[in-house]
Amino acid sequence: MSGDAKSQSEFVLSEVRPLNSDPVDVVIAAGKIREICAPGTGAARNPIAQVIPGAGQVLLPGLVDLHTHLREPGREDAETVHTGSQAAALGGFTAVHAMANTDPVMDTAGVAIQVWRLGREAGYVDVRPVGAVTVGLEGQRMAELGAMADSAARVRVFSDDGKCVSDPVRMRRALEYVKVFDGVIAQHAQEPRLTEGAQMNEGVISARLGLKGWPSVAEEAIIARDILLAELVDSRLHICHVSTAGSVDIIRRAKQRGIKVTAEVTPHHLLLTDDLAVGYDPVYKVNPPLRTAADVVAVREGLADGTIDIVATDHAPHASEDKDCEWDYAAFGMLGLPTALSVVAQSMVTTQALDWAGVADRLSTSPARIGQVQDQGQPLAVGEPANLAVVDPDQTWVVNAADFPGPSHNSPYNGMKLPAKVTATFFRGRATVIDGELQW
Amino acid sequence: MKHLLNTNDIGRDEAVLILDTASEMANLTDRSVKKLPALRGRTVVNLFFEDSTRTRISFEAAAKRLSADVISFSAKGSSVSKGETLKDTALTLEAMGADAVVIRHSASGAPYRLATSGWIEGSVINAGDGGHQHPTQALLDAYTMRRHLRANTGDLSGLKVMLVGDVLHSRVARSNVALLHTLGAEVTLVSPPTLLPVGVEQWPARVAYSLDEDLEAQDVVMMLRVQRERMNEAYFPSAREYSRRYGLDSERMARLPKDSLVMHPGPMNRGLEIGDMVADSDRSVIVEQVANGVTV
Repeated sequence: MSGDAKSQSEFVLSEVRPLNSDPVDVVIAAGKIREICAPGTGAARNPIAQVIPGAGQVLLPGLVDLHTHLREPGREDAETVHTGSQAAALGGFTAVHAMANTDPVMDTAGVAIQVWRLGREAGYVDVRPVGAVTVGLEGQRMAELGAMADSAARVRVFSDDGKCVSDPVRMRRALEYVKVFDGVIAQHAQEPRLTEGAQMNEGVISARLGLKGWPSVAEEAIIARDILLAELVDSRLHICHVSTAGSVDIIRRAKQRGIKVTAEVTPHHLLLTDDLAVGYDPVYKVNPPLRTAADVVAVREGLADGTIDIVATDHAPHASEDKDCEWDYAAFGMLGLPTALSVVAQSMVTTQALDWAGVADRLSTSPARIGQVQDQGQPLAVGEPANLAVVDPDQTWVVNAADFPGPSHNSPYNGMKLPAKVTATFFRGRATVIDGELQW
Repeated sequence: MKHLLNTNDIGRDEAVLILDTASEMANLTDRSVKKLPALRGRTVVNLFFEDSTRTRISFEAAAKRLSADVISFSAKGSSVSKGETLKDTALTLEAMGADAVVIRHSASGAPYRLATSGWIEGSVINAGDGGHQHPTQALLDAYTMRRHLRANTGDLSGLKVMLVGDVLHSRVARSNVALLHTLGAEVTLVSPPTLLPVGVEQWPARVAYSLDEDLEAQDVVMMLRVQRERMNEAYFPSAREYSRRYGLDSERMARLPKDSLVMHPGPMNRGLEIGDMVADSDRSVIVEQVANGVTV
């Protein structure tokens, strides 16, 4: 961990392939891309710059996560804004959206500004607070969305994530209200009555394991309803963590009709299936639950054809005592930031469902657009802010969750061999990660 | 076999061997000195997070007959009710040198956690976990059937067994379907659709909604416990309607073949899933089921 990297401001990424195109040298200076020149020529033209060898590696715009749980304030024993920012940088991210289910809940401008400031102090990524839709995530009174939007944190995404805004009237009002500042409601689609006590996907595996089933229709019914509401009031709706084939189908048809709906899928729903629950290891317990192989095929197709706009991690750190117990009593959620790009490479790139330009769109350009994040998800062009990720597509690595920053280790990929390693990350021109290591 | 967690893990030969061993053990019951030295010096812990006097006493008696030192540990009135986790309880038992742990727990899969998390070294026997499995119940049921209908030898090939009632929440149903299938029996599940799990169609059993369809052909009818509270969750309209459609009354029992068995894992709801007269009739082996529990 050199102290220099934080202050070092000029870099040459030598022989990198922007979106996997022909190799170039990319010169970073004063927080921006200063120059893109022929491979091997950047160092000579910028003698004081630190040269990062990048032959064979892919240059992407810095990744943007629309769905992250940073746990601060309230559960600093599981994650802090600082450690979550580090995990993000290691995963190639330069911006994350911090979900509102903190304690206290992020339902006021005060909490949003606090999280935003903590993000600035950490300095690894842009931390964009997501405001709660209702006070205390209780689904009743609307939170002061306008105050959060107007605050220094400039909140644009609102979500009760972890809980569903299940009351149709309140959902309608929220969709209408955010039109004032072009906000978006990110819905956690889960019909509460259909999922009382639910533990895992309802199907063959839950029947065998005797764990209470979580039917697909609990997700699909809310998505269908909210799409109709968004159409009625002509507002922007975003669907969090789409997990079922039926959901993909409903969203596809809504987009064909021109309704302003966007959607995300998590890395784990692109790769993992419900049969992993057979050993009752709660590391596989997540909300929405892991689904069937047929659902995995459907969400991959949806992501490839643009029905699902983005990949968002739903990074959900949990203290070990909340996972080291009986399945029924364990917390929902899994780590996602450090492994997201590799899981997308495994599920989408090696299967040729997406190329690297597609990855850049789904993990950077589109999430930045949906979250209205300035200076992120920009083209790889001279003069643009230097928010960048460098990926070695040929390097496989074995996930060791104990190495991740932060106190939580609930990664379902622990011990798994994955392709594509993030080797370097640049945030506003500063190297947060070089050679796969945090720089401070 | 280190652990006994799930009847799906038991092969046909292994199951027959267990039943054969159980019949040898049964002879022990008739002796004046009811003890074998098989587990002398070993410590068996009965860890019951859910009340079940019948199961706990059965395990206690069985372990004592095999000369093991038995410690029974009930969640009520212990540190468990003060918020101690399964992990800490397991570590405590490990420190005390438990060679085997018999666990009953309301959460499905808790015995798996105990067996696979590295918390303890000893063997784990599942004495019922949530809505998942109750393998020793299935073994004692199979033992009871074999004793009466297959002269206490071999497997249960061709035996027709009907399981009636709340399959959705029943660990007895799950473990019995798997073991009976392994032993060659033909299983039919009879239940209202609301009390069948999604995915049941993949089980090695026939599913029927009516109890009256094929009663005449059954060798065994096993009634599953139905909690009266289920009607508040709209699984069925009323206890009376349930009882009319899915209860085993004297009239239905009269339609069963002469030498067939009526079984129930207990505790019974007399008047709901099983008629009072039926439970006490000479066909009923419900009390014997309990005695056979010790044997198995």
